Amino acid sequence: MSKIKTLADLKKMKSDLQSKVELRERADHPDSYVQIKVGMATSGIASGAKEVMDFLIEALEKRNIEAVVTQAGDMGYCYAEPTVEVTKPGEEPIVFGYVDQDKADEIIEKYIRKGELVDGIIPKNYQSIDD
Amino acid sequence: MKNLALHILDIVQNSISADASLIKIRIEEHIPEDCLKLVIEDNGKGMEKEFLMRVADPYTTTRTSRKVGMGLALLKQNAEQAEGGLQVSSEPGKGTKVEAIFRHSHIDRPALGDIVGVIVLLAAGSPNCDFYYVHQKDGKSYIFDTREIKNILDDIPISDTRIRLSMRELIYENLKEIHVL
Repeated sequence: MSKIKTLADLKKMKSDLQSKVELRERADHPDSYVQIKVGMATSGIASGAKEVMDFLIEALEKRNIEAVVTQAGDMGYCYAEPTVEVTKPGEEPIVFGYVDQDKADEIIEKYIRKGELVDGIIPKNYQSIDD
Repeated sequence: MKNLALHILDIVQNSISADASLIKIRIEEHIPEDCLKLVIEDNGKGMEKEFLMRVADPYTTTRTSRKVGMGLALLKQNAEQAEGGLQVSSEPGKGTKVEAIFRHSHIDRPALGDIVGVIVLLAAGSPNCDFYYVHQKDGKSYIFDTREIKNILDDIPISDTRIRLSMRELIYENLKEIHVL
């Protein structure tokens, strides 16, 4: 396909999207997908959260895993940035700390795909020093 | 922050936290005047004068999880290191405007960074908020407006991966056209 340079190109591309119905369903039922939030506060950004988020979006698409990746604000775990919260359908959210690309890859392959836990989970009951 | 794009990503989080529905990001590159200007303007809830006065102080933050907030402080430092400065104006109920100026050719001016990636990430990651991004360089300019994009997309979510890729291409090609990239 030719390069998208104008809004008209985008419009054409959109009408070419074959799985429009599937897309609509995804928007209607976000609960049936893996939901991933990347901590994107100052501390997260400074330690590479954007690169981790770019990697997650690309890797999940390539590996055909249905997931919604969004950015979150401050999760309160600055010492462990970048942090990523993963919620599998019907399960409790889990927060992983110190996530680089290798860790993100491990989270996809082990936790999301096989349900195995990986190192780096931040316990839910952890309270920051200020609390 | 390593570059301007990451600063933008960071500062815009403040606008999102302030419940803005429209965020305008403007980058002006004036080569003859050797000046780079970054403006981020939102229609969020704004700040009281007293808070505004100490907004670039690292010990000022609205968050409750801890007592430091480095975003504006880091941008101010980077602007001043490049012979520029930071100005923040705000009005409660109306919105906030952050303006950073850098000397374009200064060796300590942060590079532009992955501006395309950041704009797409913001647009797709905050679907309930609209973004208006203008990049001007030497009289030429490019405008990316998520309201136009959403209009075209109808009911397809702006966060869809294929839409993300298309928006990336759209912004990249147009910035290349005006010699930003």
